Amino acid sequence: MKKYLNVIAAYSIMLLLIILVGIFQSWTTALTIFNYCMISAVMTMGANIQWGYAGLINFGIMGYTALGGLAVVLVSVAPVPEAWEAGGLNMMFCILVIAGIVFSIRYVLKKIKNSKQRNYLVAAIIIGGLILIRIISGPAIESIEAVEPAKTGFLGGLGMPVLFSWIVGGLFAGGLAYIVGKIALGLRADYLAIATLLIAEIVVSVIKHEDWLARGVKNVIGLKRPVPYEVDLQGTPWFINLVEKFNSGKLNLINSVAEKQDVLKQLVIDASSVYVKLCMAGLFLSVVIVLLIITQKALYSPWGRKMRAIRDNEEAASAMGKNIVKEHLLIFILGSAVVGIAGAMMVTNDGLFTPGSYRPMRYTFVIWVMVIVGGTGNNFGAILGGFFVWFLWVQAAPIALFLINLFTAHLPETNALKIHLIESAPYFRFLMIGIGLLVVMRYRPQGILPEKIIKQ
Amino acid sequence: MDFLNALILLLNYTIIPALTYGSQLALGAIFVTLIYGVLRFANFATGDMMSFGTMFAVLLTFYFQSLGISLGVLPTALLTIPFAIVMMILYMLTIDKFVFSYYRIKKSPPVQLAMVSVGVMFVTQAIIRIIIGPFDRRFLDGEKFILKAIEFKEMTGLNEGLTIKSTQLITIIVTLIVVSVMFWFLNKTKTGTSMRAYSDNEDLALLSGIDPKKVVMLTWIIAGVLATVGGVLYGLDKSYKPFVYFNNMLPIFAAAIVGGIGNPFGAFLGGYVVAFGEIFITYAYKKFFTYILPEHLEPDSLMQLLSTDYKFAVSFSILVVVLLFRPSGIFKGKIL
Repeated sequence: MKKYLNVIAAYSIMLLLIILVGIFQSWTTALTIFNYCMISAVMTMGANIQWGYAGLINFGIMGYTALGGLAVVLVSVAPVPEAWEAGGLNMMFCILVIAGIVFSIRYVLKKIKNSKQRNYLVAAIIIGGLILIRIISGPAIESIEAVEPAKTGFLGGLGMPVLFSWIVGGLFAGGLAYIVGKIALGLRADYLAIATLLIAEIVVSVIKHEDWLARGVKNVIGLKRPVPYEVDLQGTPWFINLVEKFNSGKLNLINSVAEKQDVLKQLVIDASSVYVKLCMAGLFLSVVIVLLIITQKALYSPWGRKMRAIRDNEEAASAMGKNIVKEHLLIFILGSAVVGIAGAMMVTNDGLFTPGSYRPMRYTFVIWVMVIVGGTGNNFGAILGGFFVWFLWVQAAPIALFLINLFTAHLPETNALKIHLIESAPYFRFLMIGIGLLVVMRYRPQGILPEKIIKQ
Repeated sequence: MDFLNALILLLNYTIIPALTYGSQLALGAIFVTLIYGVLRFANFATGDMMSFGTMFAVLLTFYFQSLGISLGVLPTALLTIPFAIVMMILYMLTIDKFVFSYYRIKKSPPVQLAMVSVGVMFVTQAIIRIIIGPFDRRFLDGEKFILKAIEFKEMTGLNEGLTIKSTQLITIIVTLIVVSVMFWFLNKTKTGTSMRAYSDNEDLALLSGIDPKKVVMLTWIIAGVLATVGGVLYGLDKSYKPFVYFNNMLPIFAAAIVGGIGNPFGAFLGGYVVAFGEIFITYAYKKFFTYILPEHLEPDSLMQLLSTDYKFAVSFSILVVVLLFRPSGIFKGKIL
């Protein structure tokens, strides 16, 4: 018990902060923050698997998150038959061409030993393939995008339940990680960071500009939900009865029937949004708990010890006969898959897919701050980091506004400096996160909850 | 068949813009490479540091304009560059003193320094947005064009016009001046040689009596000059927006790695490689081919390899290709 005292203390403080938001702002806000905290926690766990277990630096989190989101669209949205008729066959053929390019490159790399000849051949295959794809897909894309451009204009998905897409998101992200890992994992740490960041940018720009795939920057809205809709809830009798029961004390004070009805209606509307968010929170919480159990088990298994050995001394681990390249690739895939699940969860939570919003600031650097602040190599630390930094990210503007008002209380309302500061209150979140990161890096480099090695 | 028109077309739409953009990238890439070579970490605050220097140039330009000071046909911003550079260097030295020096003395691994630079990036970004706001600002004044398309057509009687914006010429000339002075300093002066020695082998350099503090300070000073000049030139050519500067960090990194990180000359050329790659691959060659091919062969499609949406993606793909085939960059990295 004593061993886990700091963990329990840190988590209670976090919970208290969220409850305080619920009391002082509103329960909907508190639950929104809570849900996002859990999504961030899953992302952080993914990054922590890579950085904390194996010391691999992955700045491409943005790309995997976006792929997870794409999976939700491709799995859950109903297919658009007109679009498939218009250009589905050509697009399928393009996929075949891409596969052909990949296999022929593999063949060339294997069979031809002369490096100059090989490079020219590979370049020729890629350029020839690109031209072929453009010729085949060009007209197909045009006709797909012409199908009701305001509403669809894309191929649509498979129309399957949305929860299924979380798994698919993980698979997509893992698949991308396999390719990225093959390309970049041999690089030195900081090169790897840059390379992964840039590859993630490529992925996001493809999702952004290939409108036939997921409407690009035109966004996909009204995605399916694994939980009931507020509007449906407000009409169901059992839910209304439940709300009535909960608030019976408050309702009994009101005498007139009409007024009672109005109050009840308002209460039902509020409660429905809280209920939906609670359902979401339950789903997310189960994902977090399952992942936590798996990652904890993995961390303290022989496999986890092997990973730590590789992280701490690559040469020694290699001398002991561990295949470093293979293990690095595996852990890179696993961590990225977790991030992909988080990306799918986030899009499910929002109910819309906005490729334009995937930016490195929010989806790579903030996540990394979470990992560093929370505690590298400690899963509880990673989750706490996700919670704490996301909470700060959301609540920074109100805190900054409060502080500005406090320090400029003696200035008149028309003071130019005061007005300017109040207008720029939202940007204080960058300042707080940045200073927080710098302080933690300097005075507690192992994070709030440091890594714990259990001696067996 | 009209080679002259085709040539002017390419010059106007690809070569001149690529040279301009490449110069701006090159300055940033040398900045990245210098920090990497001497201080040994990937500086993720690159874009925001460039933005920080430019912010002072923008604010001073507005101030000078209100005072009625100007350079006539040249943009006022050129006058403000020295002041902005001083502010930039002061900021960099402060950051170095309070943040980076601790890790340098402790000999932390480069990854940790890169992480710290992420923190610096956040703080710098916050300061910029609090001072000047996130909005798009144009601060170009003076003559906009050196050569207008119509004038060129009248002069030569060709179908295609050639436009040269003053910012394009200024960018190329200023870049050449700054870069040649820097290379002269690094290669010919004693202090420059000591810097290269420090980058090459730190312990050996310390043994031969080179003062590390001086080298670090000099690096930041040169970096400050490069960052501010690069940022202001970019801002003059396009416009000043903090978010765009942050994004520019990515092609700049690509340029630095493509050229061979740690190698300033490589970074200089890397900037142009990335810029030319971006523009040549995303340019629609239809008109070009209608000029040079006989009539019955004229293409129907746009003759574009990739749509312009993928501009950034192209530079990153160049990086990936270079990483795959020559991980040390086109011009062997890590020699300063």
